[in-house]
Amino acid sequence: MKKENNLQVFRDIAREPYAYLRQLKQKTGKVMVGSTCTYTPEEILLAAGLHPFRIFAQSKEFSLADAHLQAYGCSMVRGMLEDGLSGDLDFLDAVVFPHACDSIQRLSDIWRLNVKSLHFDVLLPVKLDSELSKSYFVKVLGRFKKEVEEAFSVEISDANLRKSIALMNRLRTLLSTLYELRSQSPEIIGGSDLTAVVKAVMVMDKEEAEKQLQALVDVLKQKQPSGSAKKRILISGSVCSHPDIYHIIENKNAVVVWDDLCSGTRYFEGLIEQEEDLMAAIAHRFTERYVCPAKHLGVKFQMENLKKLILEHRVDAVLFMLLKFCEPFSFDFPDIKNELEKMGVRYIMVEMDQHNKIDEQMRTRIDTLLEIL
Amino acid sequence: MKRIMRRYYTEAKYAKLLGKKIAWITSGGPVEPLIAMNIIPIYPENHGAMIGASKLGGKMSEFAEGLGYSQDVCSYVKDDITSSITKESPVPGGLPEPDMLICSNNICGTVLKWYEIQARKFNVPLFIYDTPFVHTEFTDEAREYVNEQTKEYIRFLEKHTGKKFNYKKMKKVGHLSLEAMRLWKAVLDTAAHKPSPLTAFDAFFHLALIVTLRGKKVVVRYYKTLLKELNERTAHNIGAVDNEKYRLLWDNLPIWFRMRWLSDKFASHQAALVADTYTQAWCGVIDLIDENDFLGTMGEAYTRIHLNVGVDQMADTIKTFIKQYDVDGLVMHSNRSCKPYSFGQYDIQKLIREMDIPVLMIEADMTDDRKFSESQVETRIDAFMEVIKQRRK
Ligand code: SF4
Ligand code: SF4
Repeated sequence: MKKENNLQVFRDIAREPYAYLRQLKQKTGKVMVGSTCTYTPEEILLAAGLHPFRIFAQSKEFSLADAHLQAYGCSMVRGMLEDGLSGDLDFLDAVVFPHACDSIQRLSDIWRLNVKSLHFDVLLPVKLDSELSKSYFVKVLGRFKKEVEEAFSVEISDANLRKSIALMNRLRTLLSTLYELRSQSPEIIGGSDLTAVVKAVMVMDKEEAEKQLQALVDVLKQKQPSGSAKKRILISGSVCSHPDIYHIIENKNAVVVWDDLCSGTRYFEGLIEQEEDLMAAIAHRFTERYVCPAKHLGVKFQMENLKKLILEHRVDAVLFMLLKFCEPFSFDFPDIKNELEKMGVRYIMVEMDQHNKIDEQMRTRIDTLLEIL
Repeated sequence: MKRIMRRYYTEAKYAKLLGKKIAWITSGGPVEPLIAMNIIPIYPENHGAMIGASKLGGKMSEFAEGLGYSQDVCSYVKDDITSSITKESPVPGGLPEPDMLICSNNICGTVLKWYEIQARKFNVPLFIYDTPFVHTEFTDEAREYVNEQTKEYIRFLEKHTGKKFNYKKMKKVGHLSLEAMRLWKAVLDTAAHKPSPLTAFDAFFHLALIVTLRGKKVVVRYYKTLLKELNERTAHNIGAVDNEKYRLLWDNLPIWFRMRWLSDKFASHQAALVADTYTQAWCGVIDLIDENDFLGTMGEAYTRIHLNVGVDQMADTIKTFIKQYDVDGLVMHSNRSCKPYSFGQYDIQKLIREMDIPVLMIEADMTDDRKFSESQVETRIDAFMEVIKQRRK
């Protein structure tokens, strides 16, 4: 019973993230800083006493965004802009754009010209595998820290940075423990609840999130593994925030045991190691965890990483959820699928018109995969 | 032009026999060090343009889609992937295989994925010349980062050719490259004359050399001759379009498979597309290069090209062109292939509103003819020209 109550908190926030944020601002008076991507160095914002959160692209229609972006933009980019223009983000004080894909890159310009909020571009390198680019990464974070200090007239002390690094590390550890527990005994928590937890953590007050997460993990740890014989699925892609996907899968005697999504493990993968230079410490996590396909870490990173995950989590099949118009993710797919074929791992690719909508065709495609397993 | 290009591709084809290495490089990539090292640069994008002009783009994209590539990604990539498998190409036998790949993301992030794919396929080394995006500011750390990469690049070339870098030759190449860019600019500038001796369609055609072989003497020679011809035309007031009455500016890549048709269409309205933002990209940063220190300044120049800066800076450039070429209207190609070029076009329209000129947006693709609707485009061009004619009255 305790688990249910505890889960409800996450479910509510995940369903209405902006309502939560609006309230949080009212309650705490904190500065609300939205970000477009998991490459946002949240530790720096937290250490400045600001509240970082992920902009989710809640909108399903893009009537305002359409005046700025052609229809061949992905629904994330169009949806985020719609959220920004429509007033849904009326509590937003500032926004952070870490450099990612071509579409986000232009969204940053469009946002800067049309949405009233303080604007930070974090000009990250795309190449992450050279010493030179790593040292550039550190300098970019240093600049970001300075810009935040100036914009909000605060000083970000090392002591505060250490605190926020420790807090984020604890959060990440809790989230990966949660994922690991579920990978071991999938029945202890539903897939849609699991994604709701991650999504909620991305917007919640981080200390509150830690408390709630700890309580949830404690309860789940007490559950006995049942050793169920369900088929084990991994979801691969950029964002997939639709809870129904998990229900469809679970109704077919299968279960999602892992993902490599930006709205999933990519958010919490990897910890920040202790280092003298705190900007370097933060940067190194970004250059060493499993990177976004819009970044470069050798030419085979994406396939090798996926193979590793498949073995680690005894995955029976991979479900690729690719968002229409998304270049970075879709370019990797053909070579990855060839690798999976060599490994004898089954897969299916579903192209989503929108990250937050499911249609009949997608349902049928997913059913087909589960039936051939 | 045809002869030079033919010779270039023939030399590339027999590179191995000549003991030369081949590097595939992106269109905005730093080619000069390759020329200085006697490495033959090959441009899959130029090849893509040829595929487009040969009207093979739709079919070749479709083939790549059969391999699992999405319908909605850059068609140059799909054309290249297809051609490297099927060898279908306007160049007999297709492009020669690369010994190395040089990718600069100053034009887009798409090329990064593209070159990763080809690096896996050909199993050759890949060098990424990483140019941080300039939304509003070119930062000191970005300058240092690109300048250091120039050195890294040279070490990469030394390693994979087994030869020392030839700094003496590089000096010459740098001068020639800059001279070619200046000549190219002079060529494009002739369009300021009324009537314009050349159109953007001519520029799209003559562009191939400044893209592929800048740094070589033959390019300088070619553009000198071209410039002379154009100057003669201006002296005699010979326009590229008969009875030029209206002047237009083009934005984005050409629609390679419909050049003739578009050019005739506009000409039928006595309209000349006198300039464009695309071919200008190869001479837009001349001022950032120090003639005597090409290697030391190319980092900044390659980083601050038209496609790697914020939408507001792009709008400023367009405003300059509107004035310089005294145009009556702007034609924007909303290019489904090219998100970095196309997203932001609506905001550019707003930012240039003070110029008070009509804007036409054509939705198409640079090589994929499946994404082009002739009747729709035709109607829109006619309506747009009507507006322009009305305003003149
Ligand atoms: S889904 Fe793809 S195209 Fe869209 S913002 Fe993310 S990486 Fe960019
Ligand atoms: S057309 Fe655009 S997306 Fe394609 S390679 Fe060129 S710059 Fe990149």
